Amino acid sequence: MENVMNQKDQPLAIEAVDLVKRFGKHRAVDGINLAIPQGTVYGFLGPNGAGKTTTMKMLATLLKPDGGTAKIFGHDLFKEQDAVRACVSLTGQFASVDEDLSGTENLMLIARLMGYTRSDSKDRAAELLDAFDLQDAAKRQVKKYSGGMRRRLDIAASMVVRPKLLFLDEPTTGLDPRSRNQIWDIVRALVSTGTTVLLTTQYLDEADQLADRIAVIDHGKIIAKGTSSELKASVGTGILHVRLIDAAARAEAQQLLSTTLGTPVHLSSDPSALSAQLSDTDHAAKALTMLSDHQIRVSEFSLGQPSLDEVFLTLTGKPAEDSPQKEGALE
Amino acid sequence: MNSEQQLNKMRAALVDHKRPPHPSGFTTSLAFAWRALLKIKYVPEQLLDVTFFPVMFTLMFTYLFGGALAGSTADYLQFLIPGILVQTVVFTTVYTGVSLNEDISKGTFDRFRSMPIWGPSPLVGALLADTVRYTLASIIVIILGLILGFRPAGGVLGVVAGIMLVLIFSFSLSWVFTMLGLILQTAKAVMGISMTLLFPVTFASNIFVDPATMPGWLRAFVNINPVSILTTSLRQLMGGQVNWMQIIWVLIVSAVLILIFAPVTMYLYRNKR
Ligand SMILES: Nc1ncnc2c1ncn2[C@@H]1O[C@H](COP(=O)(O)OP(=O)(O)OP(=O)(O)O)[C@@H](O)[C@H]1O
Ligand SMILES: [Mg+2]
Repeated sequence: MENVMNQKDQPLAIEAVDLVKRFGKHRAVDGINLAIPQGTVYGFLGPNGAGKTTTMKMLATLLKPDGGTAKIFGHDLFKEQDAVRACVSLTGQFASVDEDLSGTENLMLIARLMGYTRSDSKDRAAELLDAFDLQDAAKRQVKKYSGGMRRRLDIAASMVVRPKLLFLDEPTTGLDPRSRNQIWDIVRALVSTGTTVLLTTQYLDEADQLADRIAVIDHGKIIAKGTSSELKASVGTGILHVRLIDAAARAEAQQLLSTTLGTPVHLSSDPSALSAQLSDTDHAAKALTMLSDHQIRVSEFSLGQPSLDEVFLTLTGKPAEDSPQKEGALE
Repeated sequence: MNSEQQLNKMRAALVDHKRPPHPSGFTTSLAFAWRALLKIKYVPEQLLDVTFFPVMFTLMFTYLFGGALAGSTADYLQFLIPGILVQTVVFTTVYTGVSLNEDISKGTFDRFRSMPIWGPSPLVGALLADTVRYTLASIIVIILGLILGFRPAGGVLGVVAGIMLVLIFSFSLSWVFTMLGLILQTAKAVMGISMTLLFPVTFASNIFVDPATMPGWLRAFVNINPVSILTTSLRQLMGGQVNWMQIIWVLIVSAVLILIFAPVTMYLYRNKR
């Protein structure tokens, strides 16, 4: 774990105080404070509608906050907008590349806008396409790219001139595991060259893999901050997932597990599955024995990392709102 | 991806670069115009509206109504072609707003707006590229006219001057639609509202018929309609006359459109969402 004192001494890439954004009466971002050291990866973790994108857009000068102040590399977000824009780059949640153009043309456009001459922009586009493993698709329209290729191109576009700070909004949502790994490699390579990254995600394991520090956001507020091990520790050491052969026995199983383990038991959307927090992984065996003693037959069980849903459940005492898995939990 | 090798390549691509000098607003606008023109290369169908509609309207009006309206189809063509040119180009301006709206809803503009470039350049670039479309539309109408028997007395000079005037007016009018493109939620809505605005303005004009036989109230509108003034100027220029009063009016209307709608559009663009 990093030393907290040390972090205080590091120069900050982002310093935000009490950022607020309202849409009508709705407070999409409701007082967010950030101090993100340079050269690190910071993760925003939160369900749909938490305010992740809105916060990011404010920090990238795309949205005007209704309250609060922020500094990017010491430049005031409002008074020194051009200086801020010169150090940041944004890869939005919804691909910000032009679908109608080819990979080369997209990168050439950005390079031209950054001041490259026509021939230099062509060279830079080729170099980046090669680096991001897109050389074979250089001449193809982005419309015909796979999701993973599109994401890589999108990030490459942000790297035409390497920014000091990169915003990555849900870089891997909707990608298969292989593409996700590629993106993770890219992010790590970026950070190793000195770029600071602020990324948003809905997946705990992604934040876990990439982020030095994480902020869990819900309803426009940061409800927890820390390293991923700190967050997980707050949730308990692990989660026991159980799947019953007979769905009708679920209520009884829930009863049994919660008395045995003494922790809340969460009903999944799958009618025959349930999960429970473990304060100690040794309790898992005890719990399973208890079920079999009561003739409740188990078809599957696993010990897992807590999911975002479970982190939320613990941090807020209620399931993540708008999360697709929540219906079961509300029963 | 052969990981280690690929990662090294990536690091090299990211580390070894120097920042080029800041480009001027003119350079960035041209880059955006280049982008818009590339789209024509990929989606040539989008030129249908500047080719198909004028051809259809010209043929329909000339042969269906021409004889009845002007005594003979040949006479009517001399009257109609400058008008069709105005109508075609004016309708083409709607496209500017529609494509801007699509860009915004796709998130493409978020990246541009967070870049350190001259703010208006994406809009100016798009409008520059549209000027190319307008020119293309004008040339198509003129060629079609010449084939059918349009014989402008003003010669090449008159025709070119007429086209220039239409381009100036259309560039100015485009700002209205870029504004709508920013205000409205969907490209469909932009299309719908723009057409609703344009239909009365183009049909309640002197493009197709001389307003002499219209009821007084309508004639009053038709006579002050900028589209009529533009059409009249075009007929005169292509017919070999120069009526400065009319031309100055067109330029004044164009300037007023820009002075009102360009700042509003820029304000909306900067403060979008
Ligand atoms: N332009 C807008 N107008 C009105 N409401 C908005 C606008 N943009 C966002 N919101 C609202 O603000 C809240 C936060 O949205 P935001 O996009 O920041 O969430 P998010 O955390 O990025 O969610 P997701 O995971 O779905 O991307 C949501 O309730 C959303 O409906
Ligand atoms: Mg979002």
